[in-house]
Amino acid sequence: MNGVTAIMRRELQGYFATPLAYVFIVIFLVLAGWFTFNFGNFYNGGQASLAPFFNYHPWLYLFLVPALSMRLWAEEHKTGTIELLMTLPLDVWQSVAGKFIAAWAFTALALALTFPIWITVNYLGEPDNGVIVAAYLGSLMMAGGFLAIGSFVSATTNNQVIAFIVTVVICFVMLMAGFQPLLSPLVGWVPLPIIDAVASLSFLTHFASISKGVIDARDLIYFALLIGTFLYANVLVLHMKKAG
Amino acid sequence: MIECQELTKQFGALLAVDNLSFQVDPGEVLCFLGPNGAGKTTTMRIIAGFLPPSSGRASVCGLDVETHATAAKRKIGYLPEGAPSYPEMTARAFLEFIADARELSGAKRLARLDEVYGLLHLEPVLEQTIDTLSKGYRRRVGLAQAILHDPEVLILDEPTDGLDPNQKHEVRQLINQMSESKTIIISTHLLEEVDAVCNRAIIIAGGRILADDTPGNLEALSRFHNAVSLKPADPSQLQSLRGEIDALPEVVETELDLKSERLTAFFRDRRLSLKAINELADNKGWELSELHLESGRLDEVFRTITGGAHA
Repeated sequence: MNGVTAIMRRELQGYFATPLAYVFIVIFLVLAGWFTFNFGNFYNGGQASLAPFFNYHPWLYLFLVPALSMRLWAEEHKTGTIELLMTLPLDVWQSVAGKFIAAWAFTALALALTFPIWITVNYLGEPDNGVIVAAYLGSLMMAGGFLAIGSFVSATTNNQVIAFIVTVVICFVMLMAGFQPLLSPLVGWVPLPIIDAVASLSFLTHFASISKGVIDARDLIYFALLIGTFLYANVLVLHMKKAG
Repeated sequence: MIECQELTKQFGALLAVDNLSFQVDPGEVLCFLGPNGAGKTTTMRIIAGFLPPSSGRASVCGLDVETHATAAKRKIGYLPEGAPSYPEMTARAFLEFIADARELSGAKRLARLDEVYGLLHLEPVLEQTIDTLSKGYRRRVGLAQAILHDPEVLILDEPTDGLDPNQKHEVRQLINQMSESKTIIISTHLLEEVDAVCNRAIIIAGGRILADDTPGNLEALSRFHNAVSLKPADPSQLQSLRGEIDALPEVVETELDLKSERLTAFFRDRRLSLKAINELADNKGWELSELHLESGRLDEVFRTITGGAHA
């Protein structure tokens, strides 16, 4: 069996061997529902759409994904199992990929378990299911981006709390990059193309267009590049740590 | 085969391993002895591919551990210090994960798993999570993990730490069984282990090799080597016996251990010691409950050799 699969299977087993998986899924579902009904005006909006549901995903991921990713590498460093992992005949990238795919598959599962809300909206009205599928895809890609950042940060430390906080901060900046109050200090002295470039890095901009049903290759490439970049950095950090 | 050439590892200002060179061949069981912080674990980590050396090179079965890392790791079974493992996994799931990561498959995978379960007596705890296991079982799970793929080279960092005397005996037997075909390095603090499993010992302190020899030759460095110890049937005779032995011209000095009621005599010419005492005892008609030739004390050699480096 392939090394990536071996790591992935072990990680997934790890999630379900502890209460972590269940706690995460329950909290994710409860919060997703609560945001949708309380702030999203799912019923009163009078529209057969899941926009009130998807709009809050970035904020949900902002705290839940770092909670999932913080242990990925920090725990291995802390308990010394990193020594076991690094002396198995695997390349570092195989471990990084295996862990990332496991965490991503797990968030996909949590996301899939929100299906009752999709059934509900289809029962109540006639939503555009194409848009909903696109929004699920966009949400999953965004979760992957958050996870890749979290995995990278986790590899830099052996303290899970630090990994959590730093990941939240980086993800928050990535979310808000396109937001006016954050950009306004730059306006006037930084060339406009650079401001545009910073704004275009925002998770929100890219997620917003996908979640409206517009699957633009550029948005998908954005998330794929983001994931690739941070996982590559993750591999580099592990090599650097090894060199002491 | 393991080869280290001028291996050096520096952590900031600390020189953990200082220009080590040695070679270990199949059939050899090499023991690293040394005080804490001597560089034993660091050396093992470099050979296992966990740490890169600052300079010098290490190779396993002809494969450089840096440039052919993955191929070298396939040849090695490694028990890291403290036998780390994933606490939330069951012993079975953990070993199956190792089997997968080492790309064992099909009948061979099942056969190897069954064999290590048996060799390390893990059957009763296979379904228990590792965090509920005793220290002895955890160490055995770690050993099982290291020998699972039947590697040519074994690197075991304190393999018997935390085991009770029976378990220690079993693990030593296991190492002895495997030693015929494999190249093995172990580290230990237990000097009795050196005699029990090793045919070569390297004493390290301050990252340097201070001695590299067979356990027998190292023991011969001891001043106890070929000294004679005896115990009179009647303890009250100890002092008078000591006086008569001291009077022998070949005897350099005698030592009295009041706790064990034993007298030890050190000779100028070590080869003649037992004969001289025997003759004396016969002539005087001593009644001895014990008389033997000392082979040498490794702990004393260890202290003598590492004492300077430590202080």
